[in-house]
Amino acid sequence: MTQIELRGIEKFFGAVQVIHNLNLAIADNEFIVLLGQSGCGKTTTLRAVAGLETIDNGDILIDGKPVQHLKAADRDIAMVFQSFSLYPHMTVFENVAFPLRATRMSSGEVDKSVREVARVLRITDLLDKRPSALSGGDMQRVAIGRALVRRPKAMLMDEPIGALDAKLREEMRAEIKRLHVKQGSTTIYVTHDQIEAMSLADRIVIMHEGFIQQVGTPDEVYSHPANLFVAQFVGSPVMNIAEARVADRPGAASVTVGDAPAGFEFPHRLLSKLNGHSNGGLTLGIRPEGVLVRHDAAPGYMPVEASIIEPLGSFDIVDLKVGSTMLRARTKAGYVSGPGEKVHVRIDPEQAHFFDTASGKSLGVRL
Amino acid sequence: MAAVRTSSEVAFNRAAIAAVLVATLIFLAPIYWIASTAFKPKELAVSVPPTVLFEPEVTPFVRLFTKRVQMQKPVDPQVYEAAPWWEKRIYDGGERVLKVGKDVQLSQYPDRFMNSLIVAVISTVLAVGMGTFTAYGFSRFKIAGEADLLFFILSTRMLPPVVVAIPMFLMYRMVGLNDSHIGLIILYVAFNLSFSVWLMKGFMDEIPKEYEEAALVDGYTRMQAFFKIVLPEAATGIAATAVFCFITAWNEYAFALIMTNRRAQTAPPFIPSQIGSGLPDWTTIAAGTFLFLLPVAIFTFLLRNHLLRGVTFGAIRK
Repeated sequence: MTQIELRGIEKFFGAVQVIHNLNLAIADNEFIVLLGQSGCGKTTTLRAVAGLETIDNGDILIDGKPVQHLKAADRDIAMVFQSFSLYPHMTVFENVAFPLRATRMSSGEVDKSVREVARVLRITDLLDKRPSALSGGDMQRVAIGRALVRRPKAMLMDEPIGALDAKLREEMRAEIKRLHVKQGSTTIYVTHDQIEAMSLADRIVIMHEGFIQQVGTPDEVYSHPANLFVAQFVGSPVMNIAEARVADRPGAASVTVGDAPAGFEFPHRLLSKLNGHSNGGLTLGIRPEGVLVRHDAAPGYMPVEASIIEPLGSFDIVDLKVGSTMLRARTKAGYVSGPGEKVHVRIDPEQAHFFDTASGKSLGVRL
Repeated sequence: MAAVRTSSEVAFNRAAIAAVLVATLIFLAPIYWIASTAFKPKELAVSVPPTVLFEPEVTPFVRLFTKRVQMQKPVDPQVYEAAPWWEKRIYDGGERVLKVGKDVQLSQYPDRFMNSLIVAVISTVLAVGMGTFTAYGFSRFKIAGEADLLFFILSTRMLPPVVVAIPMFLMYRMVGLNDSHIGLIILYVAFNLSFSVWLMKGFMDEIPKEYEEAALVDGYTRMQAFFKIVLPEAATGIAATAVFCFITAWNEYAFALIMTNRRAQTAPPFIPSQIGSGLPDWTTIAAGTFLFLLPVAIFTFLLRNHLLRGVTFGAIRK
């Protein structure tokens, strides 16, 4: 049972504030991913929890007890580093046993614990090797083993698979997930890779410039992004963002993107939900899968011209010219044959997001 | 992978090997000269042209370690027969070994050699130890005026040490440190410290700080992390620094000459002092020099694996 709570954390590097009033409650056994670009404060937050970085304001509570004044060694948490940090002068066994050597555990028990962890991580046959003889994936397994062996209150992972190549990263991602399901420990995981975040997290914490942008389940941050930053940061291919104007038409609302000559048809109830945001200061966000494309004309579809087509194997990303704005649509592979082809396009109102342009905040409109 | 070499590469390679061989021969020539002279009979030491082939003997070493006087008349054959082999070699040279009762009187050389060993070993341990701690501090912590402090430490090497020899001598005499082991040790530590700090800082900077952070999170104190993780990782650097500090302290001549004369005199000023009066006994001097070269050679040989870098690399992803 380990809960971690961050209350009003602030951190300065010199005159630069890198974490602004950060509040977060992490439940027992929860897998939390801190997601953001480099320099957003996610790693600093993690290191503060670990005790490797001091904080200037706020409280870090582990199981209700403030630990911000405790040394890293006294917090009983384990950390996996991006660089793996395996000690080259020790064997794999000694590396995994290292945290136990700091305790009064007998060597028999150490041996037993190490072998148990090695079995779970499938590194038993590597125990006598030196880290330099291991592959990247095995190094990371050993590093995770070193973190698990002590049965710490919580696991902290700082981009643990960021240094691996793409295929291995996918493998290790699945492995970390499997381990978490099996072992179950409160985990804070830092990454800049939104796919990692989506696939691993119980909840994702999206950070930008030292502020938390949104906290939510992968589905929440994907389907209900709190602001423009989250909308564009989560999801691949990236969400289309465009200035939009809304007009009242008989029995419908018309949403015009940029300087397009005509508007897309939306249900009339959009107008009341927008609450006066209908003219100016409104931004439409629509994911490429919400941009519907067909060859022949149909009611509500607008004729447009395809500009660039990116084939991505299972699907294509097609850039469509709507006025001077480009809307990226996701289509079946080969659906649009080439640039310049005329197609018809519509925006799926149910997948549309509306944001206040000035603040970037979502208006929370769902149709 | 099989490397395919062009003929010009092969030629370049051969030329390079030849150049290295020539350089090695040039560097080894004086050492060969000293080593061969140390085993030569006295009369061959100064022969022109130099003798290359001779029957080696250890008599110069016997002379090196004993106190002797010139004999006025030939030795009594009975005494000669009863003498051990090494004493006979001295009689052969027209000298006899001085004795107190039955005990052979040793020359000053073993004493001076021990002095050298004591001063060099202790000053090396101190300089490398202090340098390692200091370098760790500079490498890992934010220190106010770090750059200035490091520059100040380096600046102690910016003029030849001999420049301060006279003031140092006067100061040492005032506080009674002249002709003492501790005095020489302090001096050598002071010379070597700046070098040791700078060299060790380079090595410390290369040890990723995640190593210690991992240890800190795993329940170790910073001190434990330093001894369990940083020191083993820095072994290569410590070995290299120790070799350089040891060589500097072992070979130091000027200060040893000025600051010591009896009790604490080291081998470097002692050996040439034996050239002193009369016809110099080159073979004995060569024997003393040859023995003097050995500790540095052995020390460097023992640490050679650490001097070859790369043993500890490749286990961290950058």
